[in-house]
Amino acid sequence: MILDFEKPIADLEAKLVEMKELAANNQMDFSGAVVALENKIQQLKIDTYSNLTRWQRVQLSRHPQRPYTLDYIHRLTSDFIELHGDRQFGDDKAMIGGLGTIEGQTFMIIGQQKGHNTKERQLRNFGMANPEGYRKALRLMKIAEKYKKPILTLIDTPGAFPGIEAEQRGQAEAIAHNLKEMFRIKVPIICVIIGEGASGGAIGIGIGDKVFMLENTWYSVISPESCSSILWRSWNYKEQAAEALRPTAKDMLEAQLIDGIISEPLGGAHTDPDKSAEEVKKAVLKTYQELAGLPVERLMSNRIDKFSKMGVFQEI
Amino acid sequence: MSWFKRTQKGITTPTEEKKDTPDGLWFKTPSGKIVLTRDLRNHAYVSQEDGYHVKIGSAEYFEILFDNNEFEELDANLQSADPLQFTDTKNYASRLKASQAKTNLKDAIRTAYGKMNGLDLVVACMDFDFIGGSMGSVVGEKIARAIDFARINRYPLLIISRSGGARMMEAGYSLMQMAKTSARLALLDDAGIPYISLMTDPTTGGVTASYAMLGDFNIAEPEALIGFAGPRVIRETMGRDLPEGFQTAEFVQEHGFLDFIVDRRILKNRLSTLLKMLK
Repeated sequence: MILDFEKPIADLEAKLVEMKELAANNQMDFSGAVVALENKIQQLKIDTYSNLTRWQRVQLSRHPQRPYTLDYIHRLTSDFIELHGDRQFGDDKAMIGGLGTIEGQTFMIIGQQKGHNTKERQLRNFGMANPEGYRKALRLMKIAEKYKKPILTLIDTPGAFPGIEAEQRGQAEAIAHNLKEMFRIKVPIICVIIGEGASGGAIGIGIGDKVFMLENTWYSVISPESCSSILWRSWNYKEQAAEALRPTAKDMLEAQLIDGIISEPLGGAHTDPDKSAEEVKKAVLKTYQELAGLPVERLMSNRIDKFSKMGVFQEI
Repeated sequence: MSWFKRTQKGITTPTEEKKDTPDGLWFKTPSGKIVLTRDLRNHAYVSQEDGYHVKIGSAEYFEILFDNNEFEELDANLQSADPLQFTDTKNYASRLKASQAKTNLKDAIRTAYGKMNGLDLVVACMDFDFIGGSMGSVVGEKIARAIDFARINRYPLLIISRSGGARMMEAGYSLMQMAKTSARLALLDDAGIPYISLMTDPTTGGVTASYAMLGDFNIAEPEALIGFAGPRVIRETMGRDLPEGFQTAEFVQEHGFLDFIVDRRILKNRLSTLLKMLK
């Protein structure tokens, strides 16, 4: 899939393919022109991707080829054992979790899961978890705590599911309970927003000692579209809403609401999922080394203090 | 009959110039009962005719709960900044000013300490009239401080929620108030201090998904709308009508998320009885 702002790049790339074919078919040497065009494409990519608007980053965060939670897990670990169910109601396919080893260290890895095709998307409910998903996540965190294993959450959701049954089973209570209990989990928690970080559905597994965002992701209290529909009373102001919400990794780091940004390959994580996973792995292992050295009391009080400081107000 | 002809179409008064109904002598409940406002005041703003709970704010709740309406307001000097310079159809700074002028409040919550039937109590009460009772940095910080005040002094805490959810104009900051208030409540819980959460009409969104659902006792007023997602969003997602009584306090209690529903006229005594039993 080509996003609207990527069209000029795609056009040039098509031209490059054409030029190479022409050269091959006619046994002519276009190498000078090919190199020039390749350089032009590279420059255009750099210009495009380093000057993305906030809305364009939101578009990249939702790119259908973007690596999802399991794509990362399978690149980070080779021995992942998925653990199912909340022991209360069922197994939410939109929230997955399990144990895996990253460079010799066992992690409990938990995250929302989206689907790569229509069938998978339905199975995964578009990455929108129900209450049993949040309860499963917490159950797994407590297992991690029991065995003193660090927790890694991979966040990618357009929101917690807004359905009738979700309300009946206590969506709000499930998220609220996670928020409170994650402040009591006595092992390091590292969170990475790998795609969309929409509101309560995201923060429901987002209380981390360190919270990272991949370069082309967003994290805020509402999606630009919903914000547009509420504040502008129309779906047509999503670009303006994205600007106003300042939900990108850079914005959130500047606001000191996250701890770091993990870079993506030029063009977005989907252009090179292996490299993206490698960057995530580096950041996670480095952060784990820092956190593992802290006494538990310190880890806990730092986590509480960090979130307690968030907010801007005046005292007059 | 030309004098019956409407020469101007529809309502032309802009929202900003809309005049709220002044405090008159009468109040008409949704079921059409006419009640005297003086009678309402004497009965915790509940209609004696049909039990309708009039939507009220912190001033009225403090009056209902605190003995002789005596209380010490906490952190009254906090007000919103505009860290994102947020602008939609209006800018946030002017929305704040307009709300402050209209409501005579600094933000969507007031917190206070006082005595209820002689018992110590910290109350944090939301004001819906201030930008829909939305939770921004001030609401989060005042709740966090009220929780800490209750914890340090070992006073029970009551939070009265009435909110549409998070305040969009504070975007990421607003979202993090869910985490911040939950963090402070975890500490309050560890200290063994009672926390009662009273949900009133309406309590939705990020407020429900954080402190409102975290009470040792989650209680609500009759027929209050309580939910995570708003009814309109759910209807659009499901593509079908919502069951009758969906997301009412009675529905939420039936599904196991409320300890009890309490008529506001007996709220003060019911809370006092509960707190005495916990001593």
